Amino acid sequence: MRAFTALVARDIKLAFRAGGGAAQAVMFFALTVVIFALAAGPDRARLAALATPALWTAATLAAMLSFDRLFQEDYDDGALDAVLETADPLALAVIAKALAHWLSMMLPLIAASPALAILLNLPGAAFWPLTLSLLLGTPALSLLGALASALTLSLRRAAVLMTILTAPILTPVVIFGVASANAGATGDPRYPSTLLILAAFSLFTCVFAPLAAAAAIRFNAD
Amino acid sequence: MPMIYDLANPERFDRLARLTTPWMAGLAAASLAAGLYFALFASPADYQQGESVRIMYVHVPAAWMALMCYTAMAAASVTGFIWKHPLADVAAKSTAPIGAAFTFLALVTGSLWGKPMWGTWWAWDARLTSVLILFFMYVGYMALWSAIEDKTRAARIAAIACIAGFVNVPIIKFSVDWWNSLHQPASVLRAGGPAIHPDMLTPLLLMGLAYSFIFAALLLTSMRAEIAERRIARLELAERAPSEVAVS
Repeated sequence: MRAFTALVARDIKLAFRAGGGAAQAVMFFALTVVIFALAAGPDRARLAALATPALWTAATLAAMLSFDRLFQEDYDDGALDAVLETADPLALAVIAKALAHWLSMMLPLIAASPALAILLNLPGAAFWPLTLSLLLGTPALSLLGALASALTLSLRRAAVLMTILTAPILTPVVIFGVASANAGATGDPRYPSTLLILAAFSLFTCVFAPLAAAAAIRFNAD
Repeated sequence: MPMIYDLANPERFDRLARLTTPWMAGLAAASLAAGLYFALFASPADYQQGESVRIMYVHVPAAWMALMCYTAMAAASVTGFIWKHPLADVAAKSTAPIGAAFTFLALVTGSLWGKPMWGTWWAWDARLTSVLILFFMYVGYMALWSAIEDKTRAARIAAIACIAGFVNVPIIKFSVDWWNSLHQPASVLRAGGPAIHPDMLTPLLLMGLAYSFIFAALLLTSMRAEIAERRIARLELAERAPSEVAVS
């Protein structure tokens, strides 16, 4: 457990130091939303209707862009060898890395989402459902990102390959995330079940992705 | 299971594959000819869909194959991953492009059928959408194979990706179905639909059979090519550095 918290603390510290990328992910998120608004035009009703899908899309893209930071740097500078030596089981270390990624990349992005939702004219009733859907759904993004990052560990410039690998399997997060946010905003009776499905997918991913990622790291590291 | 172990030897596999491939190709040609005859001439036009129902005979078996190939790929990946058998890796790798081709065929014919039926080339229909996602999964799998230089490592890594994808297929299917039911009130085709007439079932099954034989013939040929390619690579390596590499 001490190794777990130490790994999480170290990764968060690195992410917020210079060149760590936590701020960059939020900036990317914000700029994607701005570009989307510029492309969609200033019609406020239309922007309001598209705000939830736009924010979820931007969050997914920002997550994908940051996946290569999960293991690549540690692999390059040899820190991953130390993790391999000491981590038992390795899957737990993967969960630590994914948790650190979520805390340092996804959480700031979720914190920034209300401000961007205001820019997109999202109705007030939709704020909490959107935030809640992001909170429940984005852990699955970090975990699947850990898997993709582990699979492409020994490759150079694998960012595009990683998006191709992750995009198909993270479609359920996006679908249920947007559906949950919309259901919450409109008072749909199915709202509680969408939250449960979203949480279930994150939990399921938390079981299988670390195991698969640990296997991939072992094959890639030797 | 002496049979399986016999096949595990690439040499023996090669001999058997060379023997069976022409048979598979012949059976494929025969059943394809029969299937196309029934599909295009000897079956009635649908009272609702008209002549465009004939696209179904190309489309539906292709969609079956798209799923079957991914299942076969996952099974080969599991085999290769657990028993570290090179032949299973080769089978998984060789299945991917064939499966991707069937998936692409299913997408294109689905789109062609959609134009007269739905009045649009592409509807975000639940099935079309999930097949599209399946196509990208094939693409990702193949991209991973081609990105990793070392064959053994590529096989292990691709196997993990394939199995992870396979585990997620039901969830993706469920999510897309659900998403579709939220957005589209009613589809053109009723759920369940009318029971299929035997006149239409015959060409459908014949085409399915033909596709399976085509798959077998292509897979065996592609696996033999892959084995030969690896042998050539090994021999070339041995020629360059005879002392360092053991010739098998």
